[in-house]
Amino acid sequence: MLSRVADSCFWLSRYIERAESSSRILDVNMQLVLDFEALNYSDSNLQWIPILATLEDQELFHQLHEKTTGDAVMEFITFEKSNPGSILASVTHARENARTVREQISSEMWERLNRLYLYLQSPDARASHRESPIGFYRALVENLHSFQGITDATMTHGEGWQFLQVGKFLERADSASRVLDFKYHVLLPQDEKVGGNIDVTQWLAVLRSCSAMEAYFKLSHGRVTSWEVAEFLILHDSFPRSIRFCVDALDSALHRISGTDRGHFENEAERLSGLLRSNLDFANISSIFKTGLHQYLEESRNRLGGISNALAETYCR
Amino acid sequence: MQGLFDQYETEGFFDEMFEVDGKVRPHYERLLGRFSDMDTATFERKRSMAESAYLNQGITFTVYRGDEGTERIMPFDLVPRIIPADEWRHLERGLEQRLRALNLFLHDIYHDQRIVKEGVIPLEIIRTAKHYRPELVGLDVPHGIYIHVCGTDLIRGADGQYLVLEDNGRCPSGVSYVLENRQAMKRVFPKLFSRYGVRPVDRYPQELLAALRYVAPGGNPDPTVVVLTPGIYNSAYFEHSFLARAMGIEIVTSQDLIVEDSRVFMKTTKGLKQVDVIYRRIDDDFLDPTVFRKDSVLGVPGIVNAYREGNVNLANALGTGVADDKVTYYYVPAMIRFYLGEEPILPNVETYLSAVESDRKYILENLEQLVVKAANESGGYGMMIGPHATKAEIEKFRAAIIADPRGYIAQPVVSLSRSPCRVDGGFEGRHIDLRPYILMGEKTTIIPGGLTRVAMRKGSLVVNSSQGGGTKDTWVLDEGEEQSC
Repeated sequence: MLSRVADSCFWLSRYIERAESSSRILDVNMQLVLDFEALNYSDSNLQWIPILATLEDQELFHQLHEKTTGDAVMEFITFEKSNPGSILASVTHARENARTVREQISSEMWERLNRLYLYLQSPDARASHRESPIGFYRALVENLHSFQGITDATMTHGEGWQFLQVGKFLERADSASRVLDFKYHVLLPQDEKVGGNIDVTQWLAVLRSCSAMEAYFKLSHGRVTSWEVAEFLILHDSFPRSIRFCVDALDSALHRISGTDRGHFENEAERLSGLLRSNLDFANISSIFKTGLHQYLEESRNRLGGISNALAETYCR
Repeated sequence: MQGLFDQYETEGFFDEMFEVDGKVRPHYERLLGRFSDMDTATFERKRSMAESAYLNQGITFTVYRGDEGTERIMPFDLVPRIIPADEWRHLERGLEQRLRALNLFLHDIYHDQRIVKEGVIPLEIIRTAKHYRPELVGLDVPHGIYIHVCGTDLIRGADGQYLVLEDNGRCPSGVSYVLENRQAMKRVFPKLFSRYGVRPVDRYPQELLAALRYVAPGGNPDPTVVVLTPGIYNSAYFEHSFLARAMGIEIVTSQDLIVEDSRVFMKTTKGLKQVDVIYRRIDDDFLDPTVFRKDSVLGVPGIVNAYREGNVNLANALGTGVADDKVTYYYVPAMIRFYLGEEPILPNVETYLSAVESDRKYILENLEQLVVKAANESGGYGMMIGPHATKAEIEKFRAAIIADPRGYIAQPVVSLSRSPCRVDGGFEGRHIDLRPYILMGEKTTIIPGGLTRVAMRKGSLVVNSSQGGGTKDTWVLDEGEEQSC
C-alpha cells in the first residue's frame, strides 16, 4: 500500500473518532447542565469551562468569545471552522483524507461520510442543533457509528483497514483518557462532599460520555466511586472504550500490518505500543492513584502521541 | 397527446427527438410514451433525486469564491440522447479509422516523416506545433500506440450529418460521467429502460485496463499499472479516482513516485515497488521538471528518462498533443487517405487555416460569420463565435490572427443539433455535441455512446463544462431493436 494512503487512512479514522467523542462529551455535558439547572446550582455556565480544558483549546476560544456560555462553547466545538478540533473541522478533515484514498475505501463509506459533511455544512444542521442540541449530538454519533459499521461490513480487512483500526483505537484511547481527566478539571461546588450527590452525578456523566454506564453497573452493583469508574475505564479488558482494550486493539492492528508476532516488535511503533500494552495489562488501580490519576492519564496521552509519531516515521515517510 | 412535450418547438433546428413537422423520431417513440405518463411534479421529483445522488456521491467540482470553495454538480439533463444502431455503426467505423490514422501519423512524424517528405503536410506545420516534441524523434513505443485513449468530439449540422469537431489525444476527460449518468438514469427511471435495448457502458474501466496492460514495457504479462493524478484539487480528480477504483489499481500523485536507476517506483509501506504503465492525467508540460517545465511541482524528476529507456510506459504517449493541434486537425482527412488509402468516413467541419495566405484573407474578411479558434486551446477557451461576438472581440482576434497566423483556424458556424432539455419547468431545445471514447490496445474498443454535452444557456453553442455546460445520458440501441420501434 502507498505510504501516503496509509497515512490518510490513519488520519481519516482518527478524525472520525474525534468527531464522535466531541459529540458525546457535548451531549453529556448538556444533560449535566440541565440537571444542575433543575437543582438550581450556581451559574450553569461554569459547567462549560472544564469541557474546554479537556479539549485543550482554551486560547482560541477566548480570542473568539468574551464569555464562556453554553452556546459559545457548543458553537466553538461543533461548528467553528477556525477551531481545528471542532466537529465540523474533524469531519471536513476526515472527508479530505477519504477523498485522497477513495480507491481504497468502499463507495458506501465515502457516501456516508460525504453526506454527513454536506449535512453539517447545511442550514438544516444549525436548525436541528438550535431545536435540540442533545438530539443533534445523538444523531451525529449514530451517523458516525453507521460509518463504522459500513466500514467493517464493506471494506476488505486488509492493510488499509488495519491502518483505520490503528487510527480509531489510538484516538479512542486518547479521548477516554481526556474524558476521565474531565473530573480533574471539574470543581465541586462549595460544601459538596466527595461521594456526595454532585460528585456522583459527575462521575455518571463521565461514564455516559464513554457509553459505559450500563456496562459499568453490571460490575459495580450500583456503587459509583472515582476508584471504580477509573478502574473500569482504564483497565477493563473487554469493554471496547477502555484504554486497555483500545491499546490492545491498536497493538494487534500494528502487528497485523507488519506480520510480526504479538509480544515481539519490528519497529519503534510496535515497541512503544507493546510497552504501553504490557503496562496496562499488569497495572492495578491503586498504583495508578498512587501516581495520581491526572499524572497517569497525561503520561498515557504522551505515550499514545509517541506511538503515533513512530508510526508516521515507520510507514508514512 | 404528447403531455410533457406539448409546448416543445424545434425552431427550425435539427432536433434529435422530433422531426421538423413535430413528429417524434421512431427511436424516441417509446421514450415519449413513457415520459407522457408522467406529470410535471413527478418529473421534478426525479430530477431532484438525480441531483442529490450526484451530490451525495461527491460527483462534484469545486467553484472558488474568495476562500470559500463550494461544490457544484455538473448539470444533468434527464432526457436521454438516443442513437439508433445503424447510426452508431457508422460512427464506430469512422472513429476507428480516424484513430488508426492518427496513431500512424504520430509514429511517422517521430520517425521518418514520410508524410512531410511526400508533401502532404508542410514541415513547418509540424515543427511549429506547440506540443511537438523533437526530443522524442526515433523513440519506439510499445506496439506503436501513441494515443491509447482518444476523445473525439462529434457534432451534427443542420442536415443531421455527423461531423468531427476535434480530436482530444492528450488527456480527454469526462468518461466517468458517461458511467455515472447511466447509473443515475437507472436509479431515477428504472422502468424507462425495460425492453428499450440500450447497450450497457459499464465495461469501460475493464477495457481501459486491458489496453493499458497490453502496452507494458517488454511485453510484461503482469504489469503494475497506476493512475497518475495532479491531486484532489484538480477539477477532474473525481474521474481519476473513479477510474482507479473501477480498475482496481492504485491512484498516485507525483510525490508517491520516485525514479531510481531509470526505473519508476512507488513508495509503499513495504518499501519501493516498480511501476510499469502509468495512465497519466497530467499534461506533458508538467510531467518531469528536469525536461519540460522547470517550475512544475506536479512532476516526477527523471520519469521522461525512464520512459526513453523503455522501463516505463505512459498512456497517452508523450508528444501526442501535435495530433490534436487544430491546424493538424485540418490535415486528418489527408492523413486517412495517405496512410490507409481510404476515404474518410466521418468528415471534418470545413476549416480555414490562417497560416495559408488565401484562407487568411477570407478569414479576415468574414470574421463576423466565422468561428475562430486558437490552435492549442481547449475547454472552450481561446475561441470566438463571430455572430455572437462584440466589435471589440472581433478586432482582438483580428489582431491576434495577423500577429500569429499559425496560432488560429476558422470554421463556418455550424448550428449544432438540438435536444429537448428541462428548463424552468418546461422543455426547450438546447445545442448538444457527442464525445465518444475510443481505446486502442490489442484491439480498438469504443464504448457504445459517449458523453453528450449540452450548452445549457439558450442559443449557446459552447458545451464545455468550464463554460456552464451540462450532460445527458447517451443511449445506443442494440441491433434489431429498431424494427420493433
